[in-house]
Amino acid sequence: MPDDFDSSIRDFIAENFLFRADRNSIADDESLLESGLIDSTGVLELIAFLEQRYGITVADEEIIPDNLDSIGNIGNYLRLKRAPVRA
Amino acid sequence: MSGPDRSTWITFNGEIFNYVELRDELRRKGHSFRTGSDTEVILHLYEEEGEACLLRLNGDFAFAIWDERRQRLFIARDRIGVRPIYYAERPDGFYFASEMKALLEVPGIDAEPDPFAVDQIFTFWVCLPPRTPFRGISELPPGHFITLTPDRMEIRRYWQPAYPDAHSAREWSRPYEERLKEELRALFLDSVKLRLRSDVPYGAYLSGGLDSSLVGAAANRLVDSELRTFSVTFEDPEFDESSLQRKMAAALQARYEAVPVSTDEIGRLFPQVIDSIEQPVLRTGAVPLYRLAGHVRECGVKVVLTGEGADEVFAGYDLFKEAKVRRFVDRQPGSSRRPRLLSRLYPYLPRMQQQSAPFLRAFFSPGGQGAGDPLYSHMPRFRSTAGIKLFYGQETRETLKGYDALADLRDRLPAEFTRWHPLSQAQYLEMTYLLPGYILSSQGDRVAMAHGVESRYPFLDPRLIDFAAQIPPELKLRGLREKHILRESLKDLLPREIGDRPKQPYRAPEGECFVGPQQSDEVRDALSPNTIARGGFFDPGAVQQLVSKFALKGRLGQRDNMALVGVLSTQLWHRAFIGNRDGRTAVPSPITAS
Repeated sequence: MPDDFDSSIRDFIAENFLFRADRNSIADDESLLESGLIDSTGVLELIAFLEQRYGITVADEEIIPDNLDSIGNIGNYLRLKRAPVRA
Repeated sequence: MSGPDRSTWITFNGEIFNYVELRDELRRKGHSFRTGSDTEVILHLYEEEGEACLLRLNGDFAFAIWDERRQRLFIARDRIGVRPIYYAERPDGFYFASEMKALLEVPGIDAEPDPFAVDQIFTFWVCLPPRTPFRGISELPPGHFITLTPDRMEIRRYWQPAYPDAHSAREWSRPYEERLKEELRALFLDSVKLRLRSDVPYGAYLSGGLDSSLVGAAANRLVDSELRTFSVTFEDPEFDESSLQRKMAAALQARYEAVPVSTDEIGRLFPQVIDSIEQPVLRTGAVPLYRLAGHVRECGVKVVLTGEGADEVFAGYDLFKEAKVRRFVDRQPGSSRRPRLLSRLYPYLPRMQQQSAPFLRAFFSPGGQGAGDPLYSHMPRFRSTAGIKLFYGQETRETLKGYDALADLRDRLPAEFTRWHPLSQAQYLEMTYLLPGYILSSQGDRVAMAHGVESRYPFLDPRLIDFAAQIPPELKLRGLREKHILRESLKDLLPREIGDRPKQPYRAPEGECFVGPQQSDEVRDALSPNTIARGGFFDPGAVQQLVSKFALKGRLGQRDNMALVGVLSTQLWHRAFIGNRDGRTAVPSPITAS
């Protein structure tokens, strides 16, 4: 199913953490922590955005770098989170 | 002032606290004195001992002695770097001063910014001396001296914090700890006593924390008159410590004077403060202390005792505990419980409490060269600070391409550094860089001296520093109890509530002071896209977005705060010193080495 997760996440990160116009300078697999884009407050801002924008609840155990530390990881996490649950 | 036969001349900024004892000793050796001043004592001691005189001086000093017989200029700065000294070498002479702005008056010394210095500040909060934010002006590092003759200039280090090798640590025993506590107590009380030598009215700063309370309590024991204490208070309970300040002042039966500082005032005073501290900063903490010193001076008080230094000398900062916990976490990478300890280190940072264990581990991972990195203790701090470099403009990025501030710092560490205990290594980094370059400078001497107030630091008595360096690390940081031995040896001086209180770092409101309706015209102009573009350091669009984010959300996180304060202070510094050099006329005479 095509989605625009990656580009809207990229927009959010560029507007709130990168600030600069060269939004494509962040690689999909670049660590947002290592590159200095987000700090402990940034993680919480990011979660608030995801919950509000996509109507999801990020569970405590899901707040891990594997889900949230790069644009690619966040996209994968959202896709799994929003996938229909199969019986 | 000149020596008895006019063969030596001195210019001196500072205070020698043990001058009475030194003068008595010199008299016994046949020296006679014309004045009662400490300045004259330095001259006689220099004549007696030459360069070795520096290790006999217990004080905060920067001085220059012209030695006519040897045709030599001798310039020295105190061990820790309480008093500043800057210099410039020019074809027409050698210039030195206590402030960089004095050197900028010299024709030919241009106020050219040094982008590498700004990059160091945007990594470590300080420049690594001798570099300063101005190309062509150098800072004499603490504990160093210069000798200048017609043929050559030489800079040498005469003192550094000296820790024992980790493997040679003495084994703990109860009697040994008791002896250390007794000696510590005696040295501290004597240090306060020496620093109460003053022919002008004095007072004490009281933050509400352990260190300034100990200084106040010791001073109170040593003098009969009522002690005057001065404290900063804030409207916001997140920063305010007035209830503990009041409690401590009451326990001391001291006079308590609170100076409330509002966010509005921080925004308004910030440009003046940058003019005094002469360099960009990443925090606003200097402003309330500038305001406090102004009040102290209005009260007629010219000397204040203060508690800085205890956290460096006796391991009080959270960073020391953090590094210890990180090493503990790194030893069991699979453990999900160990990283939880990291959140306990920062009970005053609510957002840290909400993080998961994997994210805590990621925030505090060493990065860089891993566990073997000599900068291991400081890597999370350096890395999170460096996040604000995202605001550099294209030109700055180009200029700094290939420059690695961390490698620059690693290259400066002494050979014995890696043999020290990890806690000693972290203490060395704090004591050698952040303490003189920021705590004692931007938050210390510069903002106090802007009002003619002299700060004195009993915890930075050289005897106490040398003694504390030899104390086993586990007695400074016992488990996660910071400054353990200091608390134990002086606990009878304080009410228990203060003596047992965990470290609460001094913090002030940050980004919110510079946005919204209270934003001053000066700040608005400094942050405008045109001014940012003219300054040439930062990306105007990025700064605009940051300012908008603050305007929309009010208070933001640490990185955004540091970025806004760093960008704004660099802009104000640029305007004060670089973009506005017309109309300065005073020209000091050069000292020539010929």
